[in-house]
Amino acid sequence: MKTLVWVEHDNASVKDATLATVSAAAKLGEVHLLVAGSGCAAVADEAAKIAGVGKVHLADDAAFANALAENVAPLVVDLMGHHDAFVAPATSNGKNIAPRVAALLDVPQVSEILSVESADTFTRPIYAGNAIATVQAPAGKLVLTVRGTAFPKADKTGGSGTVEPVSGSDAGLSSFVGAEISKSERPELTSAKIIVSGGRALGSGEKFHELIDPLADKLGAGVGASRAAVDAGYAPNDYQVGQTGKIVAPEVYVAVGISGAIQHLAGMKDSKVIIAINKDEDAPIFQVADVGLVGDLFKVVPELTGKL
Amino acid sequence: MKVLVPVKRVIDYNVKPRVKMDGTGVDLANVKMSMNPFDEIAVEEAIRLKEKGTVTEIVAVSIGVQKCQETLRTALAMGADRAILVLTEDEVEPLAVAKILKGVVDEEQPGLVILGKQAIDDDSNQTGQMLAALTGRPQGTFASKVEVSGDMVTVTREVDGGLETVSLKTPAIVTTDLRLNEPRYASLPNIMKAKSKPLANKTPADYGVDTAPRLKTLKVEEPAKRQAGVKVADVDELVGKLKVLGVVE
Ligand SMILES: Cc1cc2nc3c(=O)[nH]c(=O)nc-3n(C[C@H](O)[C@H](O)[C@H](O)COP(=O)(O)OP(=O)(O)OC[C@H]3O[C@@H](n4cnc5c(N)ncnc54)[C@H](O)[C@@H]3O)c2cc1C
Ligand SMILES: Nc1ncnc2c1ncn2[C@@H]1O[C@H](COP(=O)(O)O)[C@@H](O)[C@H]1O
Repeated sequence: MKTLVWVEHDNASVKDATLATVSAAAKLGEVHLLVAGSGCAAVADEAAKIAGVGKVHLADDAAFANALAENVAPLVVDLMGHHDAFVAPATSNGKNIAPRVAALLDVPQVSEILSVESADTFTRPIYAGNAIATVQAPAGKLVLTVRGTAFPKADKTGGSGTVEPVSGSDAGLSSFVGAEISKSERPELTSAKIIVSGGRALGSGEKFHELIDPLADKLGAGVGASRAAVDAGYAPNDYQVGQTGKIVAPEVYVAVGISGAIQHLAGMKDSKVIIAINKDEDAPIFQVADVGLVGDLFKVVPELTGKL
Repeated sequence: MKVLVPVKRVIDYNVKPRVKMDGTGVDLANVKMSMNPFDEIAVEEAIRLKEKGTVTEIVAVSIGVQKCQETLRTALAMGADRAILVLTEDEVEPLAVAKILKGVVDEEQPGLVILGKQAIDDDSNQTGQMLAALTGRPQGTFASKVEVSGDMVTVTREVDGGLETVSLKTPAIVTTDLRLNEPRYASLPNIMKAKSKPLANKTPADYGVDTAPRLKTLKVEEPAKRQAGVKVADVDELVGKLKVLGVVE
């Protein structure tokens, strides 16, 4: 089987989400990549070095600069003439583009696969991860998105793919206006080894920064948040961990003042070690926590930060 | 401008889903069902656009069993003007939902379709994008802000790195994210009024769509359970645990 993998990148370098997707695709067969962007030749060269990669299709055009689905989907459909599966990471770009491709190909999509059971059978989470479904796709082209935490990362080196240019065009339906990308020195949430997340209990943006940031700094951790903390404006939207936010599985996840609603657990319960700080000893987060501390976070967190 | 809002009847988000013993699915017998939360946000956004004078009519549509009528009545009570129920006993997959919605779009010619980004039961996050593909329209997914001006709609999107803004030519497809708005509760008088708002009954066949599932669900299982761990008495003990775990030296 020939697979075509969507490379997640920022026109400068390959994003880690690509690597888990390559591992998933490699279970199906030959791995070809699509680098669609603008001024992104360096990305294609980097992508060609990923272990196990054959061809890299490079679509370098202003139309692809911002991964607009209206422009990218027809390009992918063209390339699917000689591929059997389109595989994208379940990132915001992957989720935006893949279903548009699937509908144009008139095939169903299997979202956020957790495993490849066979060439047409996959597992995926439903109901906020409270159930795992094993689904079999019909004969024909496959369209999949891949949950990054469920597959190992392919090696960034060792591959010797060849780069081949392809062309596409602007569909003229949409245009990119701008972006406000959060800048942070901290590790990205989806690849951080340690994450400290804050919840509604922090009470304000100031307290969130005052308490969560120094603890994260001490641990070299990424910072996450519950939906309630994001909704209240204590943290930006891209911090949200959960069913409808980011899915993370770090070595250590520290939940501070987070109750542990199923929608939050859906995004972090595959973390290796979960540590919870909550003043309510019956908070559901303690049912999944390996280490729990019942206490007032306003007292406990500064003390913890101080002692590390 | 007319707005179409697809609303799905799903398990209430407060209910913990239970996997059936026979591994065929999730037990929905006697479980509280509600409108998909993202669809409430979609209905609310349509109402706000109507209140601003941008939108003239809001049509809610639901695909599923007879009981989806209740979901449509909720949308009508919130402020939708009329509703369409596309009746089927099948569990309709996103692609078939999108095909039916395309049929509705062809008939109704809305300037905007606002869907939820994701149904909290199947967690597919597909239907809006698929509808956009089938109708050849632009898509503004995961919206946290929607502004209509003339024949353009500007959508601010929640993306992995932060926020992104795109400009789309109408007619367009928008899917909602959590921060778009906070949906209103229907007032009692509006719930009463909703009972007499028009609700049309259709079937997938009216749109020429076959809803037979194309994906085969072989089994549905509970995920591996996590064991609750230990509680520590104080910060010193927590630091001790962190040392044992190798998190700190
Ligand atoms: C469609 C939908 C999607 C959703 N998606 C997500 C998602 O992706 N991610 C997500 O997180 N949520 C999501 N939610 C929301 C989820 O249901 C919960 O509302 C949310 O996770 C609660 O956030 P919280 O734990 O911070 O707040 P709360 O539930 O209010 O919990 C606060 C906790 O802090 C504790 N506390 C209070 N004061 C202190 C103190 N001084 N010291 C220590 N502890 C204290 C309390 O005991 C409590 O347990 C979603 C909901 C819906 C409907
Ligand atoms: N059966 C349905 N009836 C009406 N709308 C639906 C249905 N299924 C999905 N939708 C719409 O599509 C969105 C995304 O669903 P999904 O792609 O299944 O995650 C939902 O939030 C609804 O707006």
